[in-house]
Amino acid sequence: MSELFRRDPRAQWIARNRLHPMHQALVIGPVFGPSGLLRKNLHIIGFIGPNGLKRIDRSGASNDSEQGSRRSATASEVILPLHQVLEPAFYIVVVLDLVSGRLNGHDKDTLGLAQQLANRNSGGGAVVAIAFGELKDDSLNKAGVDRLIHINDEQYAHYNPEQRCNDLQGIIGELDPQHILLPDSINGGGDLGRRLAAALQQRPACGVWKLNDDTVICRGSAGKRDITRPLSKLLLVMEECSEPISETRHENILMPQAPSPSANGKLLDQGNISVDPNAIPLAEAGFILSGGNGINDWEQFHHTASVLGATEGASRVAVDDGNMPRERQVGATGTWVTAQVYIAVGISGAIQHMQGIGQCDKVVAINTDEGCDMVKRADISAIGDSTEILARLVELVEQRKQTINEGTTNE
Amino acid sequence: MSNNNLSVISLVSIGEHPTSRRPRRAEQDARAIELGIKLVGDNLQTLHAGELSDDASQQTALRSYLGMGLTEINLLEMPENADAVLVIAEHLKQKNPDIILTGVRAENGESSGMLPYLLAEQLDMAMVTSIAEILSIDEVNKQAEVLQALPRGQRRKLKVDLPFIASVDMAAALPRQSAFGPAMRGQFEATLGATFTDEESSDWQIVDAKKRPKRLKIIKAKTAADRFKAATAKASGGGGKVVHGVEESAQAILDLLVEEGLV
Repeated sequence: MSELFRRDPRAQWIARNRLHPMHQALVIGPVFGPSGLLRKNLHIIGFIGPNGLKRIDRSGASNDSEQGSRRSATASEVILPLHQVLEPAFYIVVVLDLVSGRLNGHDKDTLGLAQQLANRNSGGGAVVAIAFGELKDDSLNKAGVDRLIHINDEQYAHYNPEQRCNDLQGIIGELDPQHILLPDSINGGGDLGRRLAAALQQRPACGVWKLNDDTVICRGSAGKRDITRPLSKLLLVMEECSEPISETRHENILMPQAPSPSANGKLLDQGNISVDPNAIPLAEAGFILSGGNGINDWEQFHHTASVLGATEGASRVAVDDGNMPRERQVGATGTWVTAQVYIAVGISGAIQHMQGIGQCDKVVAINTDEGCDMVKRADISAIGDSTEILARLVELVEQRKQTINEGTTNE
Repeated sequence: MSNNNLSVISLVSIGEHPTSRRPRRAEQDARAIELGIKLVGDNLQTLHAGELSDDASQQTALRSYLGMGLTEINLLEMPENADAVLVIAEHLKQKNPDIILTGVRAENGESSGMLPYLLAEQLDMAMVTSIAEILSIDEVNKQAEVLQALPRGQRRKLKVDLPFIASVDMAAALPRQSAFGPAMRGQFEATLGATFTDEESSDWQIVDAKKRPKRLKIIKAKTAADRFKAATAKASGGGGKVVHGVEESAQAILDLLVEEGLV
């Protein structure tokens, strides 16, 4: 629909004529009486609340009042101010981790610190983000990326730190950045940063968690001591080292860059190997199937876990009843889990259990009671008998595996 | 596994207990020794750079590596605050080891985890970080297969050219216990290492780690009503989907699992 405001003379005439039968429906905006005074119809402000009393919401958040409804419909997404760096005085390079092609919290914090470094003193620096491999995230401009170097090739889908280190050396030689920041993470940033430091013969500040003017505070002695040291060129930063960018948009201009001639790599990635899901410690498992009081058929529960390839967890009741070992207990009194997907079968959600799953990304509840706390927390709640639902789920998963297998054998 | 011709050196340091701060066998170094003993048995060489201090607890910590079944530890004597990397690199250049095993990071000092990387750069060897296991070594083709520990308990198989340096992750097999008798009987073979002072770190301020401030939830509401709502609203998302019926439920769960790439 066009954004153009079209005048409707008849509607305007009705809006002026307070005696017209359609006046109430059409009146918008302020009405001025014959003497020029602003007339307000107090009876049409607000709405009748559930207890029969009139409620007036003055925040403007609710759209109940007819007044200005046309205006509020157009006012949509807030557009943040654009931070532009036309002629960068210097560069700050950030190498992103990009776990599965997306920015994570650690990446955003690193970018936040990079912006802090670029804008301190008189500023004028540009933050150059370097992304290797697939990039699925489209919110780079909101995370504080002024310039982007995206190096993508088939080989970057694998673990090739030597090649990446070579590329970085080339880029750093060209840009001569003031600082180079990497997340000090186990997702590749820590490894790559240390390789780069050794190659550049720079002494990095590792585990940086705070920036004070010209010094940084680092965690040393495996987390037992704080080291205050001068700001170095290469920084490996910890999570929450700075607030992520949230109030500005950035240009995110792509700087073309080809991969450097392939390094003579001494490492060859042979791919991930499948691990027994129950051998993974519960605290770091990515996919947990957890059972509670509502499970009658434990054999089926174990079978489902093995078919899905999920690590098994349990609520306290299931452990106390002897259905699961103590080390499988999830919750404040057991293990705090950080799974990407957590399926709670027959767990109503005691507060200790909910605390234990606080870090989980997606929660699925299978329960007979629609009103329980777990259903309120869950992203998907399946209401029904858990035995039937799990049986059907196993069937579906096996069907899917079969079709995938057939597909690969046909090829 | 018969890897008798391999020369494997494991680098050990004196660890520090996180709570009591007492010197102890460093956990990752002990795992590195365990890995080395499994690989070459008695042929494992062990190297420690530092002084043999008169402090009994320091000695006990170092001797607890001997208690794992080693006959001796080579001691490269250097002052306490000297830069160990250069000393070790000088020493290892003469030795030509096939595999060097270290921990990922030290338990005291700067603990930047840079040592294996710097050694790899100086000795021109390959570097693999946080390995959990060495699967096989092909001495003919000069290659080894190692398992690298990844987050969430995942493992990656890597092929790496010999010679290489590997830092051993906590995910590697638990180290064997240290026995008192062998620990006391074991020998230190001391050689005087070169001295490279680390001048940069002398003006750092080192204090006990403070608890990091918890990140606050910043509310950027413009109106009082919004701020009030943000302060009082329950944290629960409430965007959950409720599905009834067996077929629909199973399908919805499967869709989620497919979307997350789990099945």
